[in-house]
Amino acid sequence: MNLKPLVEPDRVHKSVYTDPKIFDLEMEKIWERTWVYCGHESQVKNPGDYHALTIGRQPMVMVRQKDGSVQVLYNRCPHRGVQLVGNLKGNTGSAFVCSYHAWSFHLDGKVRAIPLAAGYEGTRLTRDNPDCSMKRAARVDSYRGFVFASLADEGEGLLDFLGEARIAFDDMCDRSPVGEVEVVPICHRVVQHSNWKFFMENQLDSLHPSVTHQSTGISAGRVEKRLKAEQGSAPLYYHYLSTFASSFEQWDSVQTINFPHGHGILKAYMGLRPQDPDTLAHEAMLKQAYGEQKAEEYLSRSIHHVLVYPYLSVQSPLQQLRCLRPIGPDKTLSEIWHFRLKGAPEAIYRRSLWYYNLVNSPATMINADDLENWTKGQWGLQSNGGDWVSFHRHFGDDRVEAGVTYSNHGTSEAVMRNQFRAWSTYMSAA
Amino acid sequence: MSKSNTIPTAGPDFEHLLAQEVVIEAGTAEGPSGAQRIEPDHSPRTPHGDAAPAPALLPGADLQREVEQFLYLQAELLDAKQWQAWMDLFDAQGVYWMPVERSQTEWEGSPSIFAEDKLLMEIRKGRVTHPNAWSQAPMWETNHLVSHVAIESASEQQIQVRSRFHMMELRRDTVRHFGGSYRHTLVRDAAGALRIRLQRVDLFNGQAPFDYVLQIWV
Repeated sequence: MNLKPLVEPDRVHKSVYTDPKIFDLEMEKIWERTWVYCGHESQVKNPGDYHALTIGRQPMVMVRQKDGSVQVLYNRCPHRGVQLVGNLKGNTGSAFVCSYHAWSFHLDGKVRAIPLAAGYEGTRLTRDNPDCSMKRAARVDSYRGFVFASLADEGEGLLDFLGEARIAFDDMCDRSPVGEVEVVPICHRVVQHSNWKFFMENQLDSLHPSVTHQSTGISAGRVEKRLKAEQGSAPLYYHYLSTFASSFEQWDSVQTINFPHGHGILKAYMGLRPQDPDTLAHEAMLKQAYGEQKAEEYLSRSIHHVLVYPYLSVQSPLQQLRCLRPIGPDKTLSEIWHFRLKGAPEAIYRRSLWYYNLVNSPATMINADDLENWTKGQWGLQSNGGDWVSFHRHFGDDRVEAGVTYSNHGTSEAVMRNQFRAWSTYMSAA
Repeated sequence: MSKSNTIPTAGPDFEHLLAQEVVIEAGTAEGPSGAQRIEPDHSPRTPHGDAAPAPALLPGADLQREVEQFLYLQAELLDAKQWQAWMDLFDAQGVYWMPVERSQTEWEGSPSIFAEDKLLMEIRKGRVTHPNAWSQAPMWETNHLVSHVAIESASEQQIQVRSRFHMMELRRDTVRHFGGSYRHTLVRDAAGALRIRLQRVDLFNGQAPFDYVLQIWV
């Protein structure tokens, strides 16, 4: 399948969002090769704790080992193919046991016992045959507690894959005085009826907020203004919502930074470093832990969120992330997680929780309108009303230096152009 | 807007770029906000009729029947899209809370699906009734049934009630089901009328994947 004619520097063909064959190729050439986020180590605290997930089309299970390491295995019994864990999370004890014929496996996937094993004598199925054990992800690695796996034996390492997008995890963890985060053990799951690319493009699209989210921005701004008039101030979380109704010109000033691999950063715009007593206490704590200079460096990073292309949006200053698990060309599951900064004041957690509850929960006052756009977008692209998707905005204004792409305009579609450069690289690999 | 927002010409030093802070404040720019430039109209959010459904008459009612009728009215106001009348059922400190898990006990400081005091309810109401609430354009209706009303305790100051609900929702061409239990803490206002201090909603399917999201209280 020749994909080259489908991606031009300033526009892409609609079929990259709609064609089931292209979706299958994406699963094969991107998801089932590159490093994919599995979860955080704190999701599986004790030996036997597991978490089920998908990498591309593959059902996997992340499991804590007896030696404390984390392994990622195919959730499949090598006997007749039955999935070994039937829930999203839990503890499997000291072994995985198949519900069909009771084959059992150690936590690292090696076969432990087979009932009436004498029945295999003289056959080519022996205990040392790899086909007798659960298959492992080819490579597993983690960065600051965030676990990734790759199903390809060869390829770049995790750090090379993440590149500068590492800052997503640094920015989150460095806000803890001990440099670590811990997962809040609740995962919101929301199904989007659109191709995964809609989400990834939207995350750094600064032109849409004041249009898409105007109803919430205006409504929140009205209440925020009244509170400020009545009592001099309003809690920060009103601002999380009211900012969405800023002008096009203001949004144009919020820059994006775009990296190789399609990763990118939307710079901060919400003013998440107020001078209230809670923030000051937190800052003092970080200064004590890391020294004045380091702490200042950590605190002055201007990040709203970081994209790890093609599946992760990390809102590092508010300790939350959304991870995409594509289901089909027009169906995408998003998993929404929140984290606590270990050792940081409760007030900092609670402040970030407002964003999680108001913006990222399944009763979100923001994403309700995004999801509506993407659903309608998918339907539009499935039609014969046109063949191309336009990314012409500020085309020619992109500046690429040392692999980093940026534009003088925050609303530039440099973001999408950069993502599709990465997409083409993945998809054209042999 | 504060500080400089031009990209330095010095090169691709993104650490330096990251250190530049731009804070935007809604409504501070000279021109109209992007939000005000487009105003189509959407109608499926229009309330049913001009007036909210009237509370039921309570001839010779006892507390059980008074509470039941109050809970039915709560559900009826939601289905009739009478948002303000519904919000008025809450007392000044009233809270609407939909936790994720039954084990949660505090509405503040918990990961929640909804966690709203009256000010946040006002924002939600303002959002869904704004002409440009795009996601409100598709046809949308709900139908609640409330049952199993059990008063757990009642004093002069406070009444604790548990009940069950089933809500069907039509959005565009799709019907969804939400079921679960209500837990109400009720108080009385100065005139003796029942008011909601806390409406806790536990969805039986709150941990299932949401196909789309919830826009209005359940």
